[in-house]
Amino acid sequence: MFEYCSDPKSLEGLIWLSCYVTTPKHMSFYGSFLVVMGLLALAAPLAMLFGFIGAIASRSSKSLVRFFGKGYLAMIRGIPDIVFFLFIPIALDQAFEYLRHKILCPEVIEPIRQGNDFVVCTAAKLPLSAASEWVHDLYGFSLALLAFGFVFGAFTGNVLFGAMAAVPKSQLETGEAFGFSPRQVFRRILIPQMWIYALPGLSNLWMILIKATPLLFLLGIEDIVYWARELGGIKTGVYDYPHPDWRAWYFGVLMIFYLLLTYISQIVLDRLSNKLSIGQATLAGKAI
Amino acid sequence: MKKIILSAMLATFMFGSAYAETVRMGTEGAYPPYNFINDNGEVDGFERDVGDLLCARANLDCVWVINEWDSIIPNLVSGNYDTIIAGMSITAERDEVIDFTQEYFPPSPSVFMALSGADVDVDSGVIAAQTSTIQAGYVAESGATLVEYATPEETIAAVQNGEADAVLADGDYLFPIIDESGGDFAAIGEVSIGGGIGMGIRESDGALKAKMNAAIDTMKADGSLNTLIKKWFGKDANTF
Repeated sequence: MFEYCSDPKSLEGLIWLSCYVTTPKHMSFYGSFLVVMGLLALAAPLAMLFGFIGAIASRSSKSLVRFFGKGYLAMIRGIPDIVFFLFIPIALDQAFEYLRHKILCPEVIEPIRQGNDFVVCTAAKLPLSAASEWVHDLYGFSLALLAFGFVFGAFTGNVLFGAMAAVPKSQLETGEAFGFSPRQVFRRILIPQMWIYALPGLSNLWMILIKATPLLFLLGIEDIVYWARELGGIKTGVYDYPHPDWRAWYFGVLMIFYLLLTYISQIVLDRLSNKLSIGQATLAGKAI
Repeated sequence: MKKIILSAMLATFMFGSAYAETVRMGTEGAYPPYNFINDNGEVDGFERDVGDLLCARANLDCVWVINEWDSIIPNLVSGNYDTIIAGMSITAERDEVIDFTQEYFPPSPSVFMALSGADVDVDSGVIAAQTSTIQAGYVAESGATLVEYATPEETIAAVQNGEADAVLADGDYLFPIIDESGGDFAAIGEVSIGGGIGMGIRESDGALKAKMNAAIDTMKADGSLNTLIKKWFGKDANTF
């Protein structure tokens, strides 16, 4: 990055370090922190959406909808996360490519499964082989994001389901007595009231979501864990900046990063909890 | 609407085929000097040089993809990339799942490495090796206790921390580490296992295999392959 870095082997001390931490490879490492933050920023609303749908479906008066809602919550919560994290991206990828193959290359008669191989025509590849690398990265990230949303959505759904059930029934009945339609009762009484009951569960899930982000690494995405391991490993003279095993330092940085993230989250969540408690018929609400 | 999207997709397909075929080269990027990620964040090493030259000769448009070793074969057969060029020895076991091109690197010995001065019996001690390598297979059958790690670096760290008595890996990977350890590590034995290294290709992809084989032939014939072997593995390396 700096001009004086052109001959790394001749450098020493702090100058060496300043060149070392600004290599393009380290820039990828710093960039991967943004990938993690991006995943958090997108996975949380997505999980909320899946959770809301799951919770409302489980409360439905129609038995078929209720069956699917409860089935979603029970199934995901009952199967190890890691199985789903590995299953969803692979299954989705193959399902997409299978469908595209059937639509785009109807003339190909060879089967898609040939022994061990999963072969679709060139045009059905997702992303296309010729697509640039960032398209491949984005595609992998999106599949991972869907997996996160799907898995955490089930937990969120269960929290929201419980929170909705915790709103005093007499309040809903009062609403009906005032002539509110079921939809109005839901929107104006149930939803605003349930948040304070949902918050402890949701804040827990948020913390778990933060701590689950290194799973990205398992899905083959070059996240902070990947780069920390890659950069920290022992480097021989074949690299420009040889060094012994520095993984402890790199993982130390990750620990500080995650600790900061959870610490700041906790402060924000505490404030939110205080705000939502105002005027509630709960101990926290009365204490303020 | 569907038809518009479909014809747009078909159009891009037709347009795309006018260019040289794109081949995605899968490698591990953690096994210097075979393949590694250099300080510019790019794939580098012997296999990068060989792969680029092969692609130029076969008139293919190649892009490099990093994939961890453990899932490198499953991701090839499911079509995430088209070749494995990652220091993978040709074995009968792997040949059942995927196909190999001819060798582009001759057989070279595997080496046991331990802390200097340690008294290690490689037939009964605790030996570290990378998962799913020929070395791991060898240790498992030798009577020693095998401890497996996902990356080559972790096998070195295991010896350094005392979790394992010695590590078994390709000599070409271990010798630079021994040389630069300042006497901490020492080679304590050699074994010859496995054949040469070839490029892994899907069994259904006979066309690509034929192209690569032809390109390797030309590189062997004009000596450019030997030049690259000497560049990365030293003057005394086995050549063709």
